[in-house]
Amino acid sequence: MLMTEAPEHVERAADRHQGPVEAAPGIVRSDTPAVAGVNRSLYAERVKIYPKEAHGRFRTAKWLVMAVTLGIYYLVPWLRWDRGLYLPDQAVLIDLPSRRFYFFFIEIWPQEFYYVTGLLVLAALALFLVTSLAGRVWCGYTCPQTVWTDLMIAVERFWQGDRNARLRLDKTPRSFETLWRKAVTHLTWLAIAIATGGAWVFYFADAPTLAHQLVTFEAPTAAYLFLGIFTATTYVLGGLAREQVCTYMCPWPRIQGAMFDRDSLLISYRLWRGEPRGPHKSGQSWEGRGDCIDCRQCVAVCPAGIDIRDGPQLECIQCALCIDACDEIMDKIGRPRGLVAYDTVRNLDAAGTHTVPINLLRPRVILYAAAMALVGVVMLIALLLRPDLDVNVLHDRNPIYVKLSDGGLRNGYTIKLLNKLYQPRSFSIGVTGLPAASLSVVGHDRESNPVVTVPPDQLESLRLYVTLDQSAVAALPDPATEFSFVVTDLADQSAVEHRATFQGPAR
Amino acid sequence: MGSKGTERADEAETTGHEWDGIRELNKPLPKWWLYTFYACVVWAVGYWAVYPAWPLVSSYTKGWLGYSQRETVAGELDQAKADKAAFRQQIAASDLDAVKADPELLNFALAGGEAAFGDNCAPCHGRGAQGAFGYPNLRDDSWLWGGSLEAIHQTITHGIRADDPDTHASQMPAFGRMGLLDATQVNDVTEFVMSLSGRAGDNEAAERGAKIFADNCSPCHGKDGKGNQAVGAPDLTDQLWLYGGDKPTIAETIINARNGVMPAWAGRLDPETIKELAIYVHSLGGGQ
Repeated sequence: MLMTEAPEHVERAADRHQGPVEAAPGIVRSDTPAVAGVNRSLYAERVKIYPKEAHGRFRTAKWLVMAVTLGIYYLVPWLRWDRGLYLPDQAVLIDLPSRRFYFFFIEIWPQEFYYVTGLLVLAALALFLVTSLAGRVWCGYTCPQTVWTDLMIAVERFWQGDRNARLRLDKTPRSFETLWRKAVTHLTWLAIAIATGGAWVFYFADAPTLAHQLVTFEAPTAAYLFLGIFTATTYVLGGLAREQVCTYMCPWPRIQGAMFDRDSLLISYRLWRGEPRGPHKSGQSWEGRGDCIDCRQCVAVCPAGIDIRDGPQLECIQCALCIDACDEIMDKIGRPRGLVAYDTVRNLDAAGTHTVPINLLRPRVILYAAAMALVGVVMLIALLLRPDLDVNVLHDRNPIYVKLSDGGLRNGYTIKLLNKLYQPRSFSIGVTGLPAASLSVVGHDRESNPVVTVPPDQLESLRLYVTLDQSAVAALPDPATEFSFVVTDLADQSAVEHRATFQGPAR
Repeated sequence: MGSKGTERADEAETTGHEWDGIRELNKPLPKWWLYTFYACVVWAVGYWAVYPAWPLVSSYTKGWLGYSQRETVAGELDQAKADKAAFRQQIAASDLDAVKADPELLNFALAGGEAAFGDNCAPCHGRGAQGAFGYPNLRDDSWLWGGSLEAIHQTITHGIRADDPDTHASQMPAFGRMGLLDATQVNDVTEFVMSLSGRAGDNEAAERGAKIFADNCSPCHGKDGKGNQAVGAPDLTDQLWLYGGDKPTIAETIINARNGVMPAWAGRLDPETIKELAIYVHSLGGGQ
């Protein structure tokens, strides 16, 4: 690739710099301009970026991350998980109509959304942690925008060739070759976008059923709507907008500066090693000059179109492709790798006079890690202690109590039984701590301990009255008396108590 | 193109504006952003054509789609009615006990009854059916005209002293005002009524009052003062007093009488709603 730069570029580069077109023997100087910092009119045309393919450790890592993340995204809805007779068998399912979220062995009801809150807190802390350790790792490797953009660029490269070939195609925008190559590129993008939107809706319904419905045009309108929305966003953001999403739309580049410190590993150009930069002739000594031969390969591979040698920049997503590009060149010219590398500001400031060891155990790192551990432990405990029966009791507020003809009192309650097991269960309801109380449930015959059957994984809401006759009221030390409802599972006699208050007129 | 190094103020392009040496950098907006703005403008113009937009003198531009939120709401209400029709037909066809025995119908009737209660009954009986002075508490166990499901349904349908041939009708005479009892007699019978609920004060007066009660009050309230739901005469021996149970209030009741009214809801509400209301009121804790 290095040898095939378009001749006109070479000439232009030669004109401008009035130096050799080769950066070093056998290495052509790239003419890629850095997009950032270009002066623009008030409304600027986007300067199109033609990222060149990089080869190396980080490129390989990025391919792997892409395979894993996209694999998870596209395949997870198809995993099955047996939950018995009454419930869906999809491992990960957001069941909006039934208000349930299933994640393998975990099931979350809407009122347990704090688990999701906990996950989001964990995710935010993890983001802070990796950012303070190694910069925008999230942006560079795992952010969906980066992953899909990377995929779309790979598709573009497959159909249109690498950077120079694409530049050549754009010189003749109306040629048949340009048109058909662009057409298939866009069609492939669209196919990927549709698959992306399709995978999204599978998380919200039984995937095999919905897939069948989708192709036979029997799926709900909402499924097509969201498929359309995610197709459009994937195609537009991943295929067309690319780095502009990171530069103009995403707030994270603005926030990230608060997460770095002088010990964070950031992708940096080692100025002290590279400067003064300049083309290097065969046999020329490396004494008194920098290792940077100004070949601009780091710019050519950059998907954000910037020049890493200008220092840390907002547009840089720290994808590490410039490291791969530069290392390849360093190998070729026989200089040590790492002219562009993950490095700390502290070590950069040492300018090679000595090595500042990487300091992982900084207060902020410890703080983030401790906070993550705390949230994780709290969530784990909450998950392990998650009851399979929840009882909620709401005392009537209007009226608070009802006086009866014999001078007795009646209180009304709404009681909710949340059966979180996957089979129907029968419960008997009683009270303790309120002598001589009689219970009645609306819709049930009067019985001393009403029995209620709750369907599997469902909530049953009951209206319940507690009545005390006059002598029982008179025996109360205070008309406002605390007592407990006792809900007993008839199958295993396990009981859950829930505190409530019996109210009466002040004495 | 090809500018090198981080953009510094002294080499960056400015808009040419300068105030006291402070220059405004030219930081251009992406073009597509501008196009998005134009697209929104076009979209807005399209909106005028498609949806109701401009007020006219006595009307407004209707738009090509003829969209109307009023019609949408009306359609949604019709749809809701249609959705409820199956249940309501079942309720219409079943007797009250059958509705109560079917959990699904019961739930539907309770929900519908609660809504209808809020719209029609709450102004007098209170949002929680807790009642007020002169308006009975529907949650307690004391019923003037009966607390069975049938009796409640009858009362709601035909009302109390209402303009309805089958309404509950009875009249308590204003014993004092009409001159049937003099002041001493009123005092005596008041003492007796107090004693019925265990609050004896002047025993001699109460004894005299017993005779007056037997002659004047017992035909409706019963010999023992337990009342009679057939004529809407309240039980005078219990702890619940619709108009107050202290001595001056009881005396006032005897002098001026109390004849509370309730409208007949037949004709105002459809039969299904009245059934739902009866079931709801019966479920409030006092149903018998």
